[in-house]
Amino acid sequence: MSQIYAVSAAPHIKQKISVSSVMWQVALALTPALLAAVVFFGIRSLELTIYGILAAVITEALFQKIRQVPITVTDGSAVVTGMLISFNLNVASPWWLPVAGSVFAITIGKQIFGGLGHNPMNPALLGRAFLVASWPTLTTAGWTASAPFKNLFEGSINGLKNLPSNIPDVITSATPLGVAKALRDPAIISRDMAETVMNKLADMDTIRHLFWGNIGGCIGEVSAGLLLLGAAYLAYKHIIEWRIPVSYIATVFVLIYVFGGINGLFSASILLPVFHIFAGGLILGAFFMATDMVTSPVTKRGRYIFGIGCGIITVVIRLVGGYPEGVSYSILLMNIAVPLIDKYTVPKPFGEVRS
Amino acid sequence: MEYKSFPGGIHPPDAKKYSKNSSIADPPLPQKVIIPLLQHIGAPSKPVVKVGDEVKLGQKIAEAGGFVSIPMHASISGKITNIAKFPHPAGLMQQAIEITGNGKDDWIDLVDDENYFELSAEEIKKRIAEAGICGMGGAGFPTHVKLSPPQDKPIDTVILNGVECEPYLTADYRLMLERPEAIISGLKLLMKTVKAENGIIGIESNKPDAIKLFEELLKDEKNIKVTGLKLKYPQGAEKQLIYAATGRKVPNQGGLPMSVGTVVQNVGTAVAVYEAVRYKKPLIQRVISVTGKIVKNPRNINARIGTLCKDLLEFCDGTTEEIGKVISGGPMMGFALFTLDTPIGKGSSGLLIMNKKEASKNEESTCLRCGRCVDVCPMNLVPSLIASNVRYNDIKSAEKYGAMDCIKCGSCAYVCPSHIKLIQWIDIAKIKISEMRSS
Repeated sequence: MSQIYAVSAAPHIKQKISVSSVMWQVALALTPALLAAVVFFGIRSLELTIYGILAAVITEALFQKIRQVPITVTDGSAVVTGMLISFNLNVASPWWLPVAGSVFAITIGKQIFGGLGHNPMNPALLGRAFLVASWPTLTTAGWTASAPFKNLFEGSINGLKNLPSNIPDVITSATPLGVAKALRDPAIISRDMAETVMNKLADMDTIRHLFWGNIGGCIGEVSAGLLLLGAAYLAYKHIIEWRIPVSYIATVFVLIYVFGGINGLFSASILLPVFHIFAGGLILGAFFMATDMVTSPVTKRGRYIFGIGCGIITVVIRLVGGYPEGVSYSILLMNIAVPLIDKYTVPKPFGEVRS
Repeated sequence: MEYKSFPGGIHPPDAKKYSKNSSIADPPLPQKVIIPLLQHIGAPSKPVVKVGDEVKLGQKIAEAGGFVSIPMHASISGKITNIAKFPHPAGLMQQAIEITGNGKDDWIDLVDDENYFELSAEEIKKRIAEAGICGMGGAGFPTHVKLSPPQDKPIDTVILNGVECEPYLTADYRLMLERPEAIISGLKLLMKTVKAENGIIGIESNKPDAIKLFEELLKDEKNIKVTGLKLKYPQGAEKQLIYAATGRKVPNQGGLPMSVGTVVQNVGTAVAVYEAVRYKKPLIQRVISVTGKIVKNPRNINARIGTLCKDLLEFCDGTTEEIGKVISGGPMMGFALFTLDTPIGKGSSGLLIMNKKEASKNEESTCLRCGRCVDVCPMNLVPSLIASNVRYNDIKSAEKYGAMDCIKCGSCAYVCPSHIKLIQWIDIAKIKISEMRSS
């Protein structure tokens, strides 16, 4: 008998792609924004990110050891989670904050459900929610504004600070969204003053600063431009797909344009929605968290619904909710809805006879 | 030219460079052929010879096993030496007839019917059925059955499939360059048989010379046109080709091209039809690409049906490296063979040889739910959810996500980062759904 060859089912060729190549490329795509944070906030941002990554990787390895399953920390998914946790923190955070966030994210957010692929919610966002709930002042107050931003807003921020009373913690911080939120509350700021500041926010100068990173905010949210650079790389590599971020951001744009002004419907300048897109965590959330493969719908229509849902919740929180920023909660809430979305958006097979 | 296409699909490296410039070559006469009794979709053919019989080239050795079946003919002259189970081009072992050649290659009596085009549709169909022709693109549906639509399903368009979207394969390409007149005659016969007004030859954009050649040859033909198609896999799948060429969607859940007034035939089938009708020549040979990175001298070969793969590989001077995998057909939908002693069949478009490295496979890991399979599925299914549901034995859900409409093109498995064997899972789903429906 001649030689016997091994057989296997078709297809016999395979695109060169694997779970770890996907995850490491996401980590790579986040790197430019991390470098921007180092430039604007100093080396401390890198240190915090490394703490987050180490904690995530060690936790995952320990948990897998306890579960007696293969240890897969080299696949890069824990690295991405750790990075994203740290990206959501302000640079003045203590070292244990990203560590606590990563430990929670990996254990409760991921491994307890069975590890990668089985978690219903984005682990990094769950970790962030845990930190916000546990240490609200550390995570939402006391932002470090970089120098150019301080100058830009000096007048208006001081105006806010000099108001005699009723100023919650959040206002003393200087994130652009914090300011935008306060403007909506007549108890904090007079209507005239609010309009002046609002014009300052919805201004090309401000937006330019937001885009390049001269603002206060979290480590990873600092430069929308460099985040977009990373996102463009991932989109080019077909690792993230466009439906979720595009429908998410478009929804935010439209809703802010309609409801964002302080003088009723459609009173906002066209630059206000642009401001809202580049301020806060929307770019980071829309391109790197809402697109998390595990926790977003697999169907094409489902991805639109998911993105639009995230957009609506984000705007509701930003305009009328209790926090200045709603990106992370909006994505977490939509994560929970994913099985339902998938169930009701099963595509019609090619050639389906419509009745 | 504007290239047409279909939604979904993938872009694997086309790898046609190995054999695309090699003209169709005649190999030495094989000393032995093994002719499987099932080379088509339908009932197996029934042997009409017994061991020890002498047969001429082209003599019928097995008759059709029913309407949806075809006869088989001796592809060399010689003696029937065995009727038993032999390795089969689609894997495993199947009943087949072994002929040991006498080296004479003497034909049965052929005709040359110069007025072949005046024959009636019934006579044309009869000659096609008698010649044992089935689809030569791979699936192997008996051609005369495709040409017999019920009265209420009129056909207006015959589409010739010259897409050859499988990577590596170049047999159809060479055939289009070397025998375009035979292809056009075959197409005209097919159109006449089903009374179709229009003929379309669909060719992918990576074969511009073939497109140009046919445009030139057809410039005076009002009813036949060449349609250029985008380079995308599976552009040559029947439903995707019909959609790209005519904009019509074949109904799912078992719909046939005839439901939308079309018949699709491979270009190789058109040549076989022409020869069967004009010369009453049975289908005893076909063009096959023997190719792959490690094949010393990749070629397109005009091979007798039943030739053993090892003989074809020897004609290509063997391999430069140790063989890792032997594939009958293309790399996307072909069958891995366990031995080179396997014969080729009427649907064998390629013999692809891979080295150890190309043949290595990754282990399945967890589904990331990335949805890449959903993005590329040309049938608009949800492959990942079919696979995960069948894994946990939820057959109803697997059905809901479209398992029965899968055309097994393999695009989903090609792009899966978790290396999930989606096509195998969907195959299991199909079997279990059939069981569920019949119980």
